[in-house]
Amino acid sequence: MKTIYLDNNATTRTAPEVIQEMQPFFGEYYGNPSSMHSFGGYVQQKIALARERVGAGLGCLPEEVVFTSGGTEADNAAIFSAVQAQPDKKHLVTTRVEHPAVLSTMKYLEGKGYRITYLGVDQEGRLDMDEYIDSLQPETALVSVMYANNETGVIFPVPEMAAAARDRGILFHTDAVQAMGKISMSLNDLPVDYLVLSGHKIHGPKGVGALYVRKKSPFRPYIMGGHQERGRRAGTENTTGIIGLGKAMELAMTHLESGNKKMADLRDRLEQELLKSVPRSRVNGENVNRLPNTLNISFSYVEGEAILLLLDQDGICASSGSACTSGSLEPSHVLRAMGVPFTHVHGSIRFSLSRYTTDQEIDLVLDRLPRIIQRLRDMSPFSAGNEPVLPNKK
Amino acid sequence: MWEYTDKVKEHFINPRNAGSIDDADAVGEVGSLACGDALKLFIKLDDSGRIKDARFKTFGCASAIASSSVLTEMLKGKTVEEASKITNRDIARELGGLPKEKMHCSVMGQQALEAALRNLQGLPPVVQDLEGEVVCECFGVTEEQIRKAILENRLDSADDVTHFTKAGGGCTDCLPEIERILDELKGQKPVPEKPSALKKPLTNLQRMQLVTKVIDEEIRPSLKKDGGDIDLIDIDKTKVLVALRGACSGCPSSQVTLKDFVEKKLKDRVDEGISVEEVDS
Repeated sequence: MKTIYLDNNATTRTAPEVIQEMQPFFGEYYGNPSSMHSFGGYVQQKIALARERVGAGLGCLPEEVVFTSGGTEADNAAIFSAVQAQPDKKHLVTTRVEHPAVLSTMKYLEGKGYRITYLGVDQEGRLDMDEYIDSLQPETALVSVMYANNETGVIFPVPEMAAAARDRGILFHTDAVQAMGKISMSLNDLPVDYLVLSGHKIHGPKGVGALYVRKKSPFRPYIMGGHQERGRRAGTENTTGIIGLGKAMELAMTHLESGNKKMADLRDRLEQELLKSVPRSRVNGENVNRLPNTLNISFSYVEGEAILLLLDQDGICASSGSACTSGSLEPSHVLRAMGVPFTHVHGSIRFSLSRYTTDQEIDLVLDRLPRIIQRLRDMSPFSAGNEPVLPNKK
Repeated sequence: MWEYTDKVKEHFINPRNAGSIDDADAVGEVGSLACGDALKLFIKLDDSGRIKDARFKTFGCASAIASSSVLTEMLKGKTVEEASKITNRDIARELGGLPKEKMHCSVMGQQALEAALRNLQGLPPVVQDLEGEVVCECFGVTEEQIRKAILENRLDSADDVTHFTKAGGGCTDCLPEIERILDELKGQKPVPEKPSALKKPLTNLQRMQLVTKVIDEEIRPSLKKDGGDIDLIDIDKTKVLVALRGACSGCPSSQVTLKDFVEKKLKDRVDEGISVEEVDS
């Protein structure tokens, strides 16, 4: 059975061109890029090329790119760097819908005495700019706001938010892991101090990411040791990963326009057809600017894990914000922050497409999913007109 | 991805007895849309009082559906007495095990069965806030439910309590309270599956004291919620003589209350051999 992979916000297929580029560095060219000999020097040149490719994709200087082990390390490094550089400032601003790489770090700092403002979102997943502006204070060390949400694809107004922070002399960090390669952005016009991306979300390898640090923005190393990455990130480089990331970034920029239009067309068809064929379904973040590849859709009175496992029977891979997929017992913090009603929140499914997604794959989902929902609804004690009285919850 | 046994997968993909029974003799309903899982269990008896048919409607994940499905299979052909002894561990065991994070699905099966058996006895559904203080506000779990889960399943960590009851799985504010309950119960022996079978025979005095305690602490408060009451008149070895009072005395279901609730409770808590009779007094 052919796998239909629609979980690209979790990870992406490594592009064949990326694998080809990385291949020699697993075996033939194993030199340490820090070595003085030419065998290591060749690898160093390839890392320099990767840095140039990432810099070109971001619209920044190559030396502003720090390679990391992935998005989480880069997020951690940016946040800890900003607070260590400004020990007198004890306030941070973020949102309730960040990735755990940011939220967990904020919770940690909260435990260390930092005051954190968590900005809420409305039912469409939008931030309130007035609330944001009001949250900025002289003692704010950093604003950390994701570029686009991984669960709903909702894009935040990062350029405007970063400009407002800069006007007040506040550092700004954005986790652009989901947005990278899906929307056009250039650091020439984006007044952020730190930006994070991850290799495996753009058809590159896992275990490698990059942190952009603006030239004059403060930085304190998160991982200390050798002099690698100009002393900003110690440890022998993940050479194959970095080389793969460079190629993936180059490909992402090549496909930015055409690939995204194709994804958006397929995503829109999937969305419109599902809304038509499955009664009592709703799109989370429907009326806002979203990533072209993401559809988060909820079906009332059914539970997400059950949907996912029945889709899996047909070889269809998707994701869910339901509680039962995570073991946390609470549904997605993003959907809860958006106030998605309980009738729908447990039955949410995220489809995330890639440039490899085909018409035929979308056809198959449109054929199978409505039947799966009907089957589970037939088994459910709830139905329209038979909604239970819901308890008040915190 | 969860590691489900083949039997869990089989019952999820091909659930047995999904649906409802229009003329069910008993219906038990637990869970909620807000909490993410719910089960409605339907039971139909045959003329001899055995369970002829059992069906379910479940809103929930694969293990919730599989637990419901296997429970209905287990119930068929059993007497009510036999059915009342099914525990969540039996349901999980029948499925070849559940991931520990999913044990609350088997607990939901046991609770739906208990609710259905209450319904069969003519007793009203359990109203949570009358059964004890709510510890976990996110999932509406009471202290009593937590204590029961700890003792019945030999739980020794707050994580385990969350896996079995969901308590503490939301905002986590109640975790210190769960820890307190765990500390308090530490050292207490787990509730055995068949308490009476493991107990030493009671002396007459012990039996009288225990019957009095169970009536005062467990039976009377339940009856009072429905406007009824009970008086202990006499105890003759294993024969317990009582008088029903208030709403219970004129209730058409008083014999059901007497046998399926009062006598059953005393059998479970005191002595398997106990019989209860109503006397005028």
